[in-house]
Amino acid sequence: MSDAVEVRAAPARIATARTVHYWPWLAALLISVVLPWLFYDWQHARHAGFVVSVLSQTGMMIIFALSFNMLMGQAGLLSFCHSVLFGLAGYSTAHFLNAAGNGDLPVPMELMPLLAGLTGLGFGAVFGYVATKQRSTAFAMITLGIVQLVTTAATMFHHFFGGEGGVSTDRMIGRSLFGLNYAHSIEVYYLIVAWMLIAAIGMYYHTSTPLGRMANACRDNHERAQFVGYDPRMVRFVQFALSGFYAGIAGGLFAITYEIVTFDAVAAPLAANALLMAYIGGATTFFGPVLGAILITLMQSGVSLMSNSWLVYVGVLFIAMVTFAPAGLTGIVLEHAPIARAGLLRRLTRPYARVLTPGAVVLIGFIGIVELLSFLTIGMAQGKRFALFGRTIDIYSATPWLFSLVCLFGGGFWLSRESRRFKRVWDSLTEIARHGGTR
Amino acid sequence: MSPPSLTLTDVTKSFGPTEIIRGVNLNVAAGERHALIGPNGAGKTTLFNLISGRFSITSGEIRLDDARLDGLPPHRINRLGLSRSFQITSIFHRLSVFENIRCSLLWSRGYHYSFWHALGRQRALNEETERLLEELNLSERGDVQAGLLSYAEQRALEIGMTIAGGASMILLDEPTAGMSHSETEYAVALIRRVTQGKTLVMVEHDMRVVFDLADTITVLVYGRIIASGPPAEIRANRAVQEAYLGALAE
Repeated sequence: MSDAVEVRAAPARIATARTVHYWPWLAALLISVVLPWLFYDWQHARHAGFVVSVLSQTGMMIIFALSFNMLMGQAGLLSFCHSVLFGLAGYSTAHFLNAAGNGDLPVPMELMPLLAGLTGLGFGAVFGYVATKQRSTAFAMITLGIVQLVTTAATMFHHFFGGEGGVSTDRMIGRSLFGLNYAHSIEVYYLIVAWMLIAAIGMYYHTSTPLGRMANACRDNHERAQFVGYDPRMVRFVQFALSGFYAGIAGGLFAITYEIVTFDAVAAPLAANALLMAYIGGATTFFGPVLGAILITLMQSGVSLMSNSWLVYVGVLFIAMVTFAPAGLTGIVLEHAPIARAGLLRRLTRPYARVLTPGAVVLIGFIGIVELLSFLTIGMAQGKRFALFGRTIDIYSATPWLFSLVCLFGGGFWLSRESRRFKRVWDSLTEIARHGGTR
Repeated sequence: MSPPSLTLTDVTKSFGPTEIIRGVNLNVAAGERHALIGPNGAGKTTLFNLISGRFSITSGEIRLDDARLDGLPPHRINRLGLSRSFQITSIFHRLSVFENIRCSLLWSRGYHYSFWHALGRQRALNEETERLLEELNLSERGDVQAGLLSYAEQRALEIGMTIAGGASMILLDEPTAGMSHSETEYAVALIRRVTQGKTLVMVEHDMRVVFDLADTITVLVYGRIIASGPPAEIRANRAVQEAYLGALAE
């Protein structure tokens, strides 16, 4: 009994557990620093540009997704205007960089993201003041209004937003604390890594502060929060403004990396992206959105190279997660914890194999159908050919279509039978684990 | 610091054309245990909602000592030292039991909207939380998600969250509803212990609890007070017997 309680005590009662775990942070730092070197082209002595750019994008999206989850996961607020905080800080940073380049703004490059964060905080306070007057659905509606408003404004007010073309800038402002000029993207990448860690640690710390905890409390029961002395509206407001600070840091890094900010950076699809990342990764845990940001960015940059229909896959993944695993990927992992503690994890390997095999068949069938359809339409127009392992597939013959359909439906039938079996095994194991836990 | 008194003067409350509370005058003396009884639909919980600021009153006046409560939002009333529990358990169900109590302590211990204190390092606050958990007999359950507690444990937590902030005017809405005999006995002992030196108003259906705990009983029928006095007097009151005990007998 005491063992089981101890394990559960660790996350819930940070109060009594004095030991703070540093190793996940150190591991994250180490991985972030080493990763680009694994793809280093030693022959030509240069970094793989694509890899560095994907990693940079991942870094800023991790900050963005985590800051979005300060609202969704931790405060129960679904914001569609999170992109506005990101984008406006991005536009501002582009202007800051231009001013710095002209010598009007004596801020070194390393502190630009901080300035962007403060800008985000300011916009967070302004929009938050309006949006947090309400909660739940009404709050979501207001944020939807805000994102449409700002997106429209972005095409109207050319002075700040630069019109259709956006605002371009040059990150070589000649001011650095470490004498760097940021001509190479790897330097920018390390700037992103540094700020990603600062932001992540800041947001993690926030979860253990009175405000962070009351945000959880208001999410669970805003009425009760009032009767222990808190104004839930104020809790929402401060939480919103602070999430704007971190979204602003991400937006600033965006401007520094791409040296151009267009209205895409404020528009709703970006906010929807944050939602996808937080949800697929797991909004109920702090680190879930990190996982989601990595996964979605990889899909965006990796799968989009291979397939025209990558957005279909992201969409289907999202719907599947919402339907079958609302706690996201980290939720799935955490559900294994009681079984793992009882030492029963090995008894899941065979059932997993049995259920994942038909799962893979369904996936092959589904991808087959989607790709065949897409090549029949868009692919044709682009003059592409459907190739698999170097062999061209004839989209007009019946074989690939039949094969995909059989995989999809046959596999689906097989999967539904196996998943029922799997559920029985799972239930019995959790039952055993529960009794083992209270022994 | 002596506990406060509560005064309601000509309080009415209408929902649309329907008048639910029809001119209530009530005086809860400092330090007493006051029970509010009456048949279902008499407006007892509504009265609690008016006092605690959950609903606004239609007319009249509510005072805690000299401070006027009517028109204030619930969190302001709470900060003045009036705390209430709910008939239907109202807790932070996804937080741990420990966090529920700690969150209930935060405001009164001066943390307010701080986003710079690390809760884990607030030694006095955490010890206070542990002490309260012990008092509620929930120490063993501190790390459990509050939504997973048994019903009786959730009721104990509810009382704990109500008194945690150190309010000296406590309103309990049917604290023993749905409890077994032994659970009720335990709850009564708990209430007696934690409301020591405070003013207590409680809505209660269990007459044993009422006569056991209360110094004064007020009977509310259809939004009006028909009697108010010490238990012996209420027991002997004809109007009460007719209106209330008669309604119970039906």
